Amino acid sequence: MKEELELLRQMVRIRRFEERCAELYSSAQIRGFLHLYVGEEAVATGVLSELDPQDSVVSTYRDHGHALARGVPMDAVMAEMFGKVTGCSRGRGGSMHLFDASHRLFGGNAIVGGGLPIAAGLALGHLMRGEPRVVACFFGEGAAAEGEFHEVLNLSALWRLPVLFCCENNQYAMGTAFAKEHAAADLALRAGSYGLAAWSVDGMDVLAVKESARRAAEEIRAGGGPCLLELRTYRFRAHSMYDPERYRDKEEVAHWRDLDPIDRLRNAMRPEFTDDDLAALEAEVAAEIDLAVATAEAADVEPVADLTRFVTSEVTP
Amino acid sequence: MKTTYREALREAIRDAMRRDDRVFLMGEDVGSYGGCYAVSLGLLEEFGPERVRDTPLSESAFVGAGIGAALNGMRPIVEIMTVNFSLLALDQILNNAATLLHMSGGQFAVPVVIRMTTGAGRQLAAQHSHSLEGWYAHIPGLRVLAPATLEDARGMVWPALCDPDPVLIFEHNGLYNLAGELADDAGPVDITRAAVRRPGRDVTLITYGGSLTKTLAAADDLAAGGIEAEVVDLRTLRPLDSDTVLECVRKTHRAVVVDEGWRSGGLSAEIAARIGEEALYDLDAPVRRVCSAEVPIPYARHLEEAALPQTASIAAAAREVVRGG
Ligand SMILES: Cc1ncc(C[n+]2csc(CCOP(=O)(O)OP(=O)(O)O)c2C)c(N)n1
Ligand SMILES: [Mg+2]
Repeated sequence: MKEELELLRQMVRIRRFEERCAELYSSAQIRGFLHLYVGEEAVATGVLSELDPQDSVVSTYRDHGHALARGVPMDAVMAEMFGKVTGCSRGRGGSMHLFDASHRLFGGNAIVGGGLPIAAGLALGHLMRGEPRVVACFFGEGAAAEGEFHEVLNLSALWRLPVLFCCENNQYAMGTAFAKEHAAADLALRAGSYGLAAWSVDGMDVLAVKESARRAAEEIRAGGGPCLLELRTYRFRAHSMYDPERYRDKEEVAHWRDLDPIDRLRNAMRPEFTDDDLAALEAEVAAEIDLAVATAEAADVEPVADLTRFVTSEVTP
Repeated sequence: MKTTYREALREAIRDAMRRDDRVFLMGEDVGSYGGCYAVSLGLLEEFGPERVRDTPLSESAFVGAGIGAALNGMRPIVEIMTVNFSLLALDQILNNAATLLHMSGGQFAVPVVIRMTTGAGRQLAAQHSHSLEGWYAHIPGLRVLAPATLEDARGMVWPALCDPDPVLIFEHNGLYNLAGELADDAGPVDITRAAVRRPGRDVTLITYGGSLTKTLAAADDLAAGGIEAEVVDLRTLRPLDSDTVLECVRKTHRAVVVDEGWRSGGLSAEIAARIGEEALYDLDAPVRRVCSAEVPIPYARHLEEAALPQTASIAAAAREVVRGG
């Protein structure tokens, strides 16, 4: 029950955080692209609950859930969305580029597939130092069409790199449905053909995700080489904030909304976890978000004089 | 007729597809999604999925396939969502499209057209905001176009398709909503020459693409202060129309180059060098450049604005060269 409660809290945090972000986007306090993870929370939450602080994480532009579930403080994430110097990337990255060295979050990456080679390299570092670590690398099913996916899977399997590839199959790459992207339907089979252990998981069931991540991480830490999880999920909202959603019908969205991972866990926690408990959790999360917004609003922006900092390192050789 | 840059491009593609059934469009989400900047909206319905082809997220594969189809008698228009993602296809563009004709001793020309969005200004941060057209302009074998007006958006696609060699078209993201009047009979334009967008006698401002609007605004500001700036729109970044640039500089004796690309090793360096090589003794002041700051473009609005050429910085540079700053 304690474990479930933690998972529920995390998913609710991510959901409410993003709902607030959508509002702040409408009021132009958040700009740029904003890709929401609403509907997919069980994936980040389940996988990252099995990682240790010394493990590493590589994300995409749809990265709020990964950052929050990894433990990056919400006010640092919110400040980043506001472009403030107190943001986790000092306001330079924005929504798509959340970084946090202290949580070994090596970034949201806005090039589809761009994170996979980096994950392989992070894993190589762990491997060469003999550390029993895992690199969790998140990417969409669309990324599985990029050359980098194929190159990296082969390389990682060949060198037995400790990467946990987490393919978030939310059925669409922008407006392109899975079947229009991939000739072969089974991503786990495809990964298997490169010599990885790979299987599919119900990505709307956080307990199933957690259990699969636990098994995979255990094998990887034991030196078994990389694993790939195909996490079957769905984004409830638009690809980003600009998306007329001409490519899918309302019934399909409604069907998946019925599988909402938060409702599902909450229902599994009945009757011990009462409606009052839920209300208390929601209130706690709302307070955290209010504080994060207030702190972000009050924070300073980076002085323009610092524009050219961090182009190269500040220590001279 | 009233139109927008986006609609003018769409009309150009539609017109080309009607004129020549070898022409087809392919790229990510060009079909049912209508293109990530909605340029191809409606074309799937009109031409069908054979000629408006959604591709997987595989830039290297579909750009290379465009090259192959061009080698085999087709006239593909390949859309890459943005120049940032074209780097995944850079190998195909440079090592195949730009070199096959030469390596094959003249046997295999590659009549492919590759369109992509470029530029910053929408707070999309460093992986979505760069202006790399200058890199492509470095490559022999390519023609590189930068339409900055409704006429050019409408008129460049067809001549690009008629070019026997690869043509890259860069569309600045800030231009798609540009609205205005376009002649009902607007059609193909010359893609070999730069254009003087505003005549002037005191200084020549040389620019292209998304910076044209800012540069024209700067010229207006300068005029209010008694400085008559000439504005040259390069239009074609490779091969460069040096003649037009030099002619203007010889007349005004002063030049400022405005480029959203980075300064070091960029297109602005090439233009300044050509002026130095060919017109040094016509100059009354050193050539100045207004480029993006040498940083990956940041997200925060004030930092992004500070990183890009702006009307004020363009006007300030022009005043400096005119008044000896
Ligand atoms: C190399 C590259 N090509 C295209 C894009 C534009 N783009 C951004 S997200 C996206 C869809 C990716 O789909 P998927 O990998 O399934 O991830 P999802 O967005 O569904 O989480 C596209 C085409 C990009 N960012 N990078
Ligand atoms: Mg997807």
